[in-house]
Amino acid sequence: MDDQASARLRASPAFMELERSRGALGLGLTAAILVIYFGFVGLVAFAPGVAGTPVWGTMTLGFPLGLGVILSAIVLTGVYVLRANGSFDALTRQVVEEAR
Amino acid sequence: MRTAAAAVVAVWLMGAGARAADLAAGAGRAPTDTTAIVMFAGFVLLTLGITAWAARRTRTASDFYAAGGSITGFQNGVAISGDFMSAASFLGISAMVYAAGFDGLLYSIGFLVGWPIIMFLMAERLRNLGRYSLADVASYRLSAVPVRSFAAVSSLVVVAFYLIAQMVGAGQLIQLLFGLPYSSAVLIVGVLMILYVTFGGMIATTWVQIIKAVLLLLGATYMAFAALAHFGFSINALFDAAVAAHPRKAAILSPGLQFKNPISTVSLGVALMFGTAGLPHILMRFFTVSDAREARKSVFWATSFIGYFYILTFVIGFAAISMVGQDPAYVTKGAVHGGSNMVAIHLADAVGGGVLKGFVSAVAFATILAVVSGLTLAGAAAVSHDLYASVVMRGRLTEGREVVVSRVATVVLGVLAIGLGLAFEKQNVAYMVGLAFAVAASANFPVLLLNMYWRRFNTTGAVLGGWLGLVSAVALTVLSPGIWVKVLGNHAAVFPYDNPALFSMPLGFVGCWLGSVLTQNSPQARTEAARYEGLYVRSQTGIGAEGAVSH
Repeated sequence: MDDQASARLRASPAFMELERSRGALGLGLTAAILVIYFGFVGLVAFAPGVAGTPVWGTMTLGFPLGLGVILSAIVLTGVYVLRANGSFDALTRQVVEEAR
Repeated sequence: MRTAAAAVVAVWLMGAGARAADLAAGAGRAPTDTTAIVMFAGFVLLTLGITAWAARRTRTASDFYAAGGSITGFQNGVAISGDFMSAASFLGISAMVYAAGFDGLLYSIGFLVGWPIIMFLMAERLRNLGRYSLADVASYRLSAVPVRSFAAVSSLVVVAFYLIAQMVGAGQLIQLLFGLPYSSAVLIVGVLMILYVTFGGMIATTWVQIIKAVLLLLGATYMAFAALAHFGFSINALFDAAVAAHPRKAAILSPGLQFKNPISTVSLGVALMFGTAGLPHILMRFFTVSDAREARKSVFWATSFIGYFYILTFVIGFAAISMVGQDPAYVTKGAVHGGSNMVAIHLADAVGGGVLKGFVSAVAFATILAVVSGLTLAGAAAVSHDLYASVVMRGRLTEGREVVVSRVATVVLGVLAIGLGLAFEKQNVAYMVGLAFAVAASANFPVLLLNMYWRRFNTTGAVLGGWLGLVSAVALTVLSPGIWVKVLGNHAAVFPYDNPALFSMPLGFVGCWLGSVLTQNSPQARTEAARYEGLYVRSQTGIGAEGAVSH
């Protein structure tokens, strides 16, 4: 694709909508997983006593939190796929059509 | 203090410490396990059959490096999870949980959380921009020769350290599991890997990985459920029994037994999270699917399977504390028979007898084989596609020739891996996987990310930042306790932390920024900034990509 064609494409409403919505979702979810993960690592590294507090029988707080990090990684990627397979793919098709 | 970055590998490599534990337990080489060997032979026959089938479908460079883009998102997700469910994860993490309880969880989580990052920032763009290797993406708008040279060297460094660790681990593990001598184990792994990759390329490598991933998931699921059933499906009963059995008692339920220095712990977290997003053999898998949509799906399936698998290894490790740790059939005076890496294998015996033990041993062997095949293919792509075709021949190489060169490169890398595996038999290689992740996070990741996201990023920035990240990650690892003290025998480490990523990754980014800003007014930098436009549109839409959506 030449420069003119890509410039035209970039100015199209569908492209700008794709760019905006995917960028916002990607950055938001990245921020979420960074906060979740480094929150967990930070707690374990700097406040091991808190992570070691028993919460249910002998089970300590660290276990449900750790499991939560694993599950949130799966859920967040799932959220992204759901959003992307719906609106992003439709927008991408629209942009590709316009580019012809 | 134990090298945190390397500990998981140390455990499964059965380095010097575990060898001593071995001798203490009076266990030399294991008796030959016929069940395991028969099952492994079955796996080898099946995978060689697949290789023969794949060989007939491997004609073009795209077939060889990227399975012709024919892998579905689900299949690719299973294959990716297979790359991550290595013997190191399965045996090493369960062994680490067995020894240190809670802290074993940190590795599993760190390995997993790289995946959301890849999904949100990279997977679709990689698919839209790349063809066969990471360097394709990096050199999309930057000057091909310097950028490909850097990307190929850095990929080869990552692959080499990873490969040596796997080969040495393979030799020592198989010696214990199957009762085969170290050298024949290394030879078997090397020769089979050469056969898979040379003849079957990415198609065979992917299917070997998928089959092994399914077998490993089934085996681990059965083990974890059988172990949970033993405790009446009560997680607290499992914990209570573990606390009662472990010499450190309730301390295993809190952080701190394995990772004592908070800065080291955070640095390890950085290496694991961002290193995943820079591993050449992993990112290469995104070129095997047809489009960005399938790339997305593969990340979701990979994340789900890897997450599920790590929960299983955690249950296995905790169950082993009481079920293996208190059984004189497996442990003598606190020393696990065959070394601490064997706890998962012993647990298989405890819950499923000789048949399950044979099955799990065979799958562990298959796992190593599948992982080294993927590594070798990534290395071969760096040598033939990046160094030879683009840098040496300056793109004047026919596709047919390139496939021949990549096959030759595979054989050479395979022979080299066997040689290195034999040479490093008695060496402490525990730091190597940690180093591979640190280099991937500090050199590959900044270059890839900035190339896709920053308009003013240019060749000078990529070369400066990439090499700075690579050299600082390697240098700081050499100066860290893992090498400086444990391998070189000095008294105190120059660099006090176990993993360099917290420092070397920012250095990589700073180098990229500085190089780009200093030269931003040069004509070349202006051309590269202008070319960002085309890269950006293609990365967003896939227009013009290999096997693109626009058909």
